Amino acid sequence: MAEFFTSTFGDYLGTAIFTVLMILCIIVPLLLAVAYLTLAERKVMAAMQIRRGPNVVGPFGLLQPIADGVKLLFKETIIPSGANRVAFVVAPMITFILSLIAWAVIPFDDGVVLADLNVGILYLFAISSLGVYGIVLAGWASNSKYPFLGALRSAAQMVSYEVSIGFVLVTVLLCVGSLNLNDIVKAQADWWFCIPLLPMFVVFYISALAETNRPPFDLPEAESELVAGYFSEYSAFTFALFFLGEYANIWLMSAMTALLFLGGWQAPFDVAPFTWIPGWIWFALKASFVAFTFIWVRATFPRYRYDQLMRLGWKVFLPLSLAMVVITAGVLIATDSLPKKNNALPASAVESTEPASD
Amino acid sequence: MIVQTIAFYVFAAVAVMSALLVVGNRNPVYSVLFLILTFFNVAALFVLIGAEFLAMMLVVVYVGAVAVLFLFVVMMLDINFVELRQGFVRYLPIGAVIGIILAAELIFVVAGSSLGTAPAAAPTPALAEATNTEALGNIMYTQYFYLFQVAGLVLLVAMMGAIVLTHRDRSGVKRQRIGDQVARSRNSVELKKVPTGKGV
Repeated sequence: MAEFFTSTFGDYLGTAIFTVLMILCIIVPLLLAVAYLTLAERKVMAAMQIRRGPNVVGPFGLLQPIADGVKLLFKETIIPSGANRVAFVVAPMITFILSLIAWAVIPFDDGVVLADLNVGILYLFAISSLGVYGIVLAGWASNSKYPFLGALRSAAQMVSYEVSIGFVLVTVLLCVGSLNLNDIVKAQADWWFCIPLLPMFVVFYISALAETNRPPFDLPEAESELVAGYFSEYSAFTFALFFLGEYANIWLMSAMTALLFLGGWQAPFDVAPFTWIPGWIWFALKASFVAFTFIWVRATFPRYRYDQLMRLGWKVFLPLSLAMVVITAGVLIATDSLPKKNNALPASAVESTEPASD
Repeated sequence: MIVQTIAFYVFAAVAVMSALLVVGNRNPVYSVLFLILTFFNVAALFVLIGAEFLAMMLVVVYVGAVAVLFLFVVMMLDINFVELRQGFVRYLPIGAVIGIILAAELIFVVAGSSLGTAPAAAPTPALAEATNTEALGNIMYTQYFYLFQVAGLVLLVAMMGAIVLTHRDRSGVKRQRIGDQVARSRNSVELKKVPTGKGV
């Protein structure tokens, strides 16, 4: 494919066109998935609460997300007179863009990835730690009390839970010996990491809920206290961008859970009926299951109080994940199962790193 | 190669411009935002020279954590901009001295390394032989292991200092005792078996 474009359009232009097409191949299905996740959320929650959910627009309400999108697109974007206009408009764009660019390193199948970075997992971690900016900027630019309080809550919450997510990633990396997402999935050929690293899986899942501001950790947009939190002042398409960004982040966290702990594109058992199904379908199924549990949790649990949220992050998850880093490293060394480097440093480089004192 | 050169000049120019805007801006929130832009462009420069680990770490640590706290504090400050600009002449000598010292240090380091008098660092392995995550880890945990640990201890002391300075014991505050709540007897709670599809 890439050769066809480079031979037709020349090196630079061909590569550019090919890359843009690949990006579209990721983003269009992603946006469709985001749209239908909103419908799935309403339908699943309706089923859990013995209601019908949206069932008027199209068969089984299947056209509801499109109707919602069109409605938001044609509404008037209102910018409050006291708001900081530039930051007010830029904030939802930041949220939306950040939720999309993270998908560049997600492998959908063995080697099927837009950018096969050596530091893929760090890239994901970096992008997810930037998500707070859109929210903080929105809260500040709105120049209004409720959005500002929501933004402050969100900033504190996301920074707190990032710490434990970081340690969870370290334990996974200890077992893999590479920062490449493709290698991380391949390392789970025998055991999905959710089995040997079960406590870390739970910590990661709960932190992912907090990181995406989902219930029961949706304090930044707690409607009973803060109207709609940081996007109280937003309307029409600026609101839609926040909404899309938030749901794309749910998909991203689901995909990350699937990649890190549920074996990514790999079939659960390496035997015939399972291996017939292509890898990207397994990946989609796993991510969808995690996204479903996000909705399930929302329909089940009451919202946390803010001090309890902070307590859980700093006093429970941080010590637990820190201890698990030490324990995992200790067990790996004791059983001599630390992943060996397949490309060891050349002898000259190793020698020169010895202390120069003697 | 031409694309890399263009990219370098674009990132470098934006980094320098936004660094100037950090100090030149009147609105402190904009200053922090331009600081973030500077970090991003420097991270991009790191990527261009093949130091992807450093680039990601720069984004994670500085943009993802440090700058968030800056923004957090700056947004909550109620700053009088006129008052802020009044001390300009008074602080000019101190600022100039610090600036000159930093510039001198930079010149010494650059001149020293080009003259070959800088301490010989361990040679970096070629990118094909080891990813730079491995190379960095190897150097940091062998050659500079003690310095690395000392740096960690310094940060730990700073953290404890901050807690000691700001922590106050207030009397009369009701605190939640999680242990007591968990140990509470089940008598005050009634469990109901809800049939599926019926509701309460």
